[in-house]
Amino acid sequence: MTPAGKYETTIGLEVHVQLATQSKIFCGCSTRFGSSPNSQACPVCLGFPGALPVMNKEALGFAIKVGVALGCEIAGRMKFDRKHYYYPDLPKNFQISQYDLPLAAEGSLELFGDGQRRVIRIKRVHLEEDAGKLIHAEKGDASLVDFNRSGMPLLEVVSEPDITSPEEAYEYLTEVKSILRYLDVSDCNMEEGSLRCDANISIRKTGAKSLGVKTELKNMNTFRGVKIALQYEIDRQKAVLEEGGKIIQETRLWNEAKARTFLMRTKEEAFDYRYFPEPDLVPFLIDRETVESIKASLPELPQKRYERFVENYKLQPALASIIVNERDLADFFEESAKGYPRNVQLIANWITGDIQGELNKRKLSMASLGLKPEAFADMLKLIDEGVITGKIAKGLLVDMIETGSMPRELVKSLGLSQITDKGALEAVMEKVIKNNPKPVEDYKNGKTNVITFLVGQVMRETKGKANPKIINEMLRERMGKL
Amino acid sequence: MKKKIDVEYIANLARIRLSKKEIDGFSGQLADIISFIEKLNKADTKETPPTTHPLPLKNVFRADTVKKSLTQEKVLQNAPEKRETSFKVPKIIEES
Repeated sequence: MTPAGKYETTIGLEVHVQLATQSKIFCGCSTRFGSSPNSQACPVCLGFPGALPVMNKEALGFAIKVGVALGCEIAGRMKFDRKHYYYPDLPKNFQISQYDLPLAAEGSLELFGDGQRRVIRIKRVHLEEDAGKLIHAEKGDASLVDFNRSGMPLLEVVSEPDITSPEEAYEYLTEVKSILRYLDVSDCNMEEGSLRCDANISIRKTGAKSLGVKTELKNMNTFRGVKIALQYEIDRQKAVLEEGGKIIQETRLWNEAKARTFLMRTKEEAFDYRYFPEPDLVPFLIDRETVESIKASLPELPQKRYERFVENYKLQPALASIIVNERDLADFFEESAKGYPRNVQLIANWITGDIQGELNKRKLSMASLGLKPEAFADMLKLIDEGVITGKIAKGLLVDMIETGSMPRELVKSLGLSQITDKGALEAVMEKVIKNNPKPVEDYKNGKTNVITFLVGQVMRETKGKANPKIINEMLRERMGKL
Repeated sequence: MKKKIDVEYIANLARIRLSKKEIDGFSGQLADIISFIEKLNKADTKETPPTTHPLPLKNVFRADTVKKSLTQEKVLQNAPEKRETSFKVPKIIEES
């Protein structure tokens, strides 16, 4: 058997992200997702002869933002090139991309998720157009082509091979997505294809000087899929090497349903893209002032925000990294902290617990949930004031989300106030003692842990409106006298 | 010195079919063209900035505004085959 750690892994990722412009990169067709096939196409994105592409200024601005946020050098001068290949999703038979003068290069991204800092270098960031979408008909021998996606603005972010495990790849993708969303330049929805990822992966004996032969992985449709596919590929490569075989440089496709990679059928000739400068687009000069003003306009990015949350709010690093990951979640935290500064750790617990749960259940983002931070802070105050119990608060949170009402109004209209009337509580307690002779007997015989059960019964009778701590004390006192 | 040009390879990349006679003819012609262009290598370009475009233009943009697309009918007008509003092509299978 191979002892663990005999090999080390080298991974580089290529992320394609769709920029959230209104119109396509080189023409005025809409970028709306989910429209009827071929309803958003024109002579430019259909590749008709003589049609001329014109650069979308917003797309370039978005791309520069990303380049700056990733700490890249922004090129003073960039151009577009034609990358030639034949495929039915590409009617011009070339894709407008960037080859030797990309928009940005030599950046880096710092991972901080588990409190351990690692730097992943960014090799380059460049702009290109997307190709059409192929739909493989279930039946028959046809594929269908939809050119609505053709000409969508894409930004390709290429990392150096600095990633050392599938988990780290997952973390890198999460961080890239987080930054893009902070910048508000892409919705990064993998299901809708607005963020796609390819990987280069190789393994080598630990300590070996040169890198192993790499394979390219494609067709990974979720972040989790990327992690699983990379692990599969590591295991596959190990098995090949252990049997004395050789890794062949090839492109493999991840098949999620079958949970394995398959060799992509390669054409006879090697890829020869015959890049040359795109004659229909003139060069672009990006001056320092433009770059500096974009730099100055950037929001606080997740890493900085994480540091500030740990430093200023003294949040646990694990919670801080979850909260800063989504900009609107972090905004919600900060707004709530203003309204309820006495225990921000409690706010963090609610956000990563119940609130995150509601978001997942409803498949919503924090911004679209409709929960106001002032309302949430007020709810926490109601617990402190003894008006409601923590258990009632959990239900109240859901009511607040569903009605958009302030917690104090809901407590009133739904009658959720905690029962503080001792007489009322005693009556409930007597009823519970009467109806549960067996546990009461057990308690008297020294099985004191049945108290939890009895407290639970009182809570049930009062629909959670009793304070469990007080009930506990009252029950102990009462049963001590039995 | 004349360069040997692999016309068959280039023709294959460009998806064009050439006869043996055409291959021989183009081979010579392309080699002549390349040799002629190679004269440029002798030019002193130390002081010349790289030129990627012959026009003295830069930074030509359009605003990010949505314009009307073609109708689906027009888009599909020249499609050799179609299904509903999609182009229909022979099945593309990527897995081995």
